[in-house]
Amino acid sequence: MAILNSIISVCYYLISAFVVFVLAKSIIKTKNVQDAILYSVMLMPFILRILRIK
Amino acid sequence: MTDRNLLIVKLVSLALVAVALVIAGIQFHDHRNYQEEVVKGPGVTQVKKLSDYFEPLKGSINDCNIYIIDSGVPGGTAFLIGSSHPEEPAGNLTAQLFVENAKLAKGRLIVAIRANQSASRVSRPGDAYPLYYTIETPWGEKKFRMGDRWSSPLDSWPDPEVYVNYPSGQLLAYMDVRNFNRTWPGRANGMITEQTNYAFMNVIKEEGVDIFIDLHEAELEYPVISTIVAHQKGADIAGMASMLLTSTEFRIGMEYSPKSLHGLSHREVGDHSDAVSILLEAPEPFLDRVRGITDEKLLLTGQDEFVVMAGKYGLLYEKIDEKGWPIDVRVGRHCSTVLMIFELWGDFNPGKEVVIQQVPRYDEVVQNGTGYYFRDPSKAKTEDIYYE
Repeated sequence: MAILNSIISVCYYLISAFVVFVLAKSIIKTKNVQDAILYSVMLMPFILRILRIK
Repeated sequence: MTDRNLLIVKLVSLALVAVALVIAGIQFHDHRNYQEEVVKGPGVTQVKKLSDYFEPLKGSINDCNIYIIDSGVPGGTAFLIGSSHPEEPAGNLTAQLFVENAKLAKGRLIVAIRANQSASRVSRPGDAYPLYYTIETPWGEKKFRMGDRWSSPLDSWPDPEVYVNYPSGQLLAYMDVRNFNRTWPGRANGMITEQTNYAFMNVIKEEGVDIFIDLHEAELEYPVISTIVAHQKGADIAGMASMLLTSTEFRIGMEYSPKSLHGLSHREVGDHSDAVSILLEAPEPFLDRVRGITDEKLLLTGQDEFVVMAGKYGLLYEKIDEKGWPIDVRVGRHCSTVLMIFELWGDFNPGKEVVIQQVPRYDEVVQNGTGYYFRDPSKAKTEDIYYE
């Protein structure tokens, strides 16, 4: 079970990194100001998790 | 909006987010890595690591210190742990007070101040928990980490859909796989919290612990409060302690550990070892859901007008007035209760006494303050300072 959890945990970090990538791409592409700000704020928890800070 | 202005807005918002990220990140990082100083008291004869009892924990975040206070005189062995739930500070403060002050005339005392290190290194910003709290001492302020009830998701992830306690098979809430007082007796190949419980069970078995006490606090809305919860093996001692304390120092109840409620120390330690297991609860208004401003002041004074109002409507299981439940009262209750239980243990088990000296009782802690009993690390020898 512990090994399975470790594998899922690694996948979770990869998914977090993918979400950061998608959000960054969305920030670049969007023409809407509110969306750009929203995507920027959404980056925070994912970056903190990838860096293993929170 | 022109493309140029849009680009400026994007850059400014990213810059602001980066600033917030750095500020929050530094605070979270510092909290997770903050080391509390513990000055080895005059009675401490040995300081081991939890991994000495379970190798896989070596170097992990939960490899806490195990302090051994040995009188050298044959007697019983007692084990006291704090910070099973690090959001209940009276537990770790009492345990540290014992480590820095206790001398034994007979038997041995083993103490773990921060039983679940991982949970003590994560707070709960969503509930406005402070990151730290400070205790006034004669030599200045002593700073402690405020923790959470559950191990950090950084150390234990993901949670299962439903947590199945081992070996009972009882179904518990998913996040309780990270709750140190739901994962007893632990599992060698489980998640880190279960492994930590497993290591503690090894301490109990290898050191031949006779009596085990787990220090907690509870919200006043919770029925199990201001009480001694005892495994059936310790019911006589707990009942007698409740009566004697209530007649001499403060009111405290006694409850039987339910036989079908698994994962908790008062049940599993008693069931899976020779030790008598007991859990103590002190009142902590900070944990009440109806509380108002959630800050360090509430944590340490236990004063909250909304909790008082809840009491007036009969919604609480413990009394509260404008004086609240200060931390010194809560630590004092734990000190006296632990001392009383050990005294009674000796009376009930001749030849297995654990005689503790130089630990203050309730009245002394309330009068002098908890901080009065903490030693000044700046005046201690480097080799006498340990970190939690």
